[in-house]
Amino acid sequence: MNYWTGIDCGSWATKAVIIDDDAQLLGSAVVRSGADLSGASARAFASALTVATRARSEISAVWATGFGRGSVGFADGSRTELDCHGRGAAHYVSGALVVLDIGGQDAKVIRLDDGGRRLAHRMNRKCAAGTGSFLDEIALRLGVEPQALDGLARAATEELELSSFCTVFAGTELLTLIRAGKRPSDLASAAYRSLINRVASMDVFPGRVVATGGVIAYHPTLVRMLSEKLGSEIVVPPHPQEMGAFGAALAARDGAAAVGPEATHVRT
Amino acid sequence: MTALTSTAALRETMGGHFHALGDAAVHKSAPIAWCTSVGPTELLRALGFEVFFPENHAAMLGAARTSQRYMPVVHAQGYSPDICSYLTSDIGAYLTGETPLEAYGLSGVPQADVLVFNTNQCRDVRDWFEWYGRRWNVPVIGVRSPRALEHVTTDDVDGVTKQIEGLIPVLEAVAGARLDHRRLSDVVRASRECSDLWEACLRTAAHRPAPLTFFDGTVHMGPAVVLRGTESANAYYRILRAELEARVGAGTAAIPGEAYRLYWDGMPIWGRLRALSTLFEEFRTAVAASTYCNSWIFPALDPAEPLRSMARAALELFIVRSEQPKERYIEEMVARYDVDGIVFHDCRTCPNNSNTRYGMPRRLADRLGIPTLVLDGDVNDLRCFSDEQARTNIEGFVEQLADARPAATRRVTA
Repeated sequence: MNYWTGIDCGSWATKAVIIDDDAQLLGSAVVRSGADLSGASARAFASALTVATRARSEISAVWATGFGRGSVGFADGSRTELDCHGRGAAHYVSGALVVLDIGGQDAKVIRLDDGGRRLAHRMNRKCAAGTGSFLDEIALRLGVEPQALDGLARAATEELELSSFCTVFAGTELLTLIRAGKRPSDLASAAYRSLINRVASMDVFPGRVVATGGVIAYHPTLVRMLSEKLGSEIVVPPHPQEMGAFGAALAARDGAAAVGPEATHVRT
Repeated sequence: MTALTSTAALRETMGGHFHALGDAAVHKSAPIAWCTSVGPTELLRALGFEVFFPENHAAMLGAARTSQRYMPVVHAQGYSPDICSYLTSDIGAYLTGETPLEAYGLSGVPQADVLVFNTNQCRDVRDWFEWYGRRWNVPVIGVRSPRALEHVTTDDVDGVTKQIEGLIPVLEAVAGARLDHRRLSDVVRASRECSDLWEACLRTAAHRPAPLTFFDGTVHMGPAVVLRGTESANAYYRILRAELEARVGAGTAAIPGEAYRLYWDGMPIWGRLRALSTLFEEFRTAVAASTYCNSWIFPALDPAEPLRSMARAALELFIVRSEQPKERYIEEMVARYDVDGIVFHDCRTCPNNSNTRYGMPRRLADRLGIPTLVLDGDVNDLRCFSDEQARTNIEGFVEQLADARPAATRRVTA
């Protein structure tokens, strides 16, 4: 049996997974990326090895993805998160798919054919609206941890609107609603709706939609609201936050074609 | 990137242009006209003007990234950050008292005796010129062009021809000379030759591997923009064409190991020209052709009917056309240059040169069966551009091209 590692070095968190030849996930870890992307990658890798009870020497190849993929100096190859989230989603869900990945600093829509091949992708513009950073900003204004938004939104009773155009202005609108005495639960729900409106306008979502990324992992109420908005079932695969890392591990196992120099690091 | 040796001659040619402008400004050896990039330059040259193209100047500011300092100066004057960043860069540089033309001995942009626009590309060029016209109290004249044309009709050509004819009395008064129609015909002949030579240079990229890329083209198109109608431009393009044909003969690639070929639609991102060029080279991808570089090809120019052919040339341009002829044009280029995909630049402050906003990328992807990518950015305003997002977008796009090929035909492997 061979073992493969994928590392997704994202803007907020760095994720590592260990899989075997059968794509069984043996261990994973999530650490804060911070300013030391190389260090975060090493820590995530070490933690995942511990969880998987595997030694470094047992790993056949490490592939990196995420915006910090070029900083994972010990990686043997790399693929973009566009590839890895698509690859991971296609592993769990067969047929033509639209993959929606909502990460800390960007959102992506990835269209796959029934063979899992990428047909097209869309990324958000240079703007935090529609990303995890937007929810972080809203949580800050409400004085709660970002993960607490879900519990609040679940208890919402009033449908409020927040702009989906600009995070900063949405924050200002939030203050107006707070002054108007609106309940935090309804404000959290409004923040979800704002994010959903933004990502729903990135593309059309025919057929099955698979949602991945850290925002999806921590905000199940947002997923339910997204499903209602799109009028389709949203499939959330296992470990959605680690889906990019999982896809990178699959790329390592499958020997995906590399397209740039970063994809040809030699492990020392 | 394999450097072109013609670059030395290019520098000399462009230097000659700027030095001539400097002489005209300092010694009053010739009247100076400002002209939009696809304006009636042949008429101006026939009347003896030295012609300055502020779009070229703005591109220099963008490439040097000094535009980031200048634009806010103009935003503060009430000009929106959402309008043409060429305009705001150029006027901002003027207000700041700086110019890259200092390298050619000019202390500033050469003051115009007249400014001549053609709104075939956008309204912003007129607003831009009127700012200077108010500043210097000089005439601002031009052609108010029809736009979004599906077909260029006789009526359209008649109308623009009349407008160009209407410019002549004002220009003659400023120049202090009568228009010599034989000279005009000669200038149009030279301009057409420039167009043909430039087109021949660009067409060499239809060969595999491409001997030049879009990124080379954005630099080497300089004489076609600022010197068309002159022998110095034509002399330069004979040099460039010879080098490119030699490259084709020798199989010399602009991108060593060319694996993929793309078409670029939209403006360059001047402040990231080198970075993007290097990025595509990393992925062994030749951006073989572009709408932008092709925009200085004017097959309609005809010395037998100078003014009318200038009008037709100005109307047949891609930017003046509606979606349908634009799509047909890109489709023809995709076939001619045998590209694997199309990159569309959605230029934030240049809606007229962004063909992304009415669904064209998706329509072309569906019809042509090749992928399209939309890059968000701007011609000069780098606040609208994200290096990280662009890298992921481009790398992901090339991955998609790689995955679409059978493994045995992949030329790059891990």
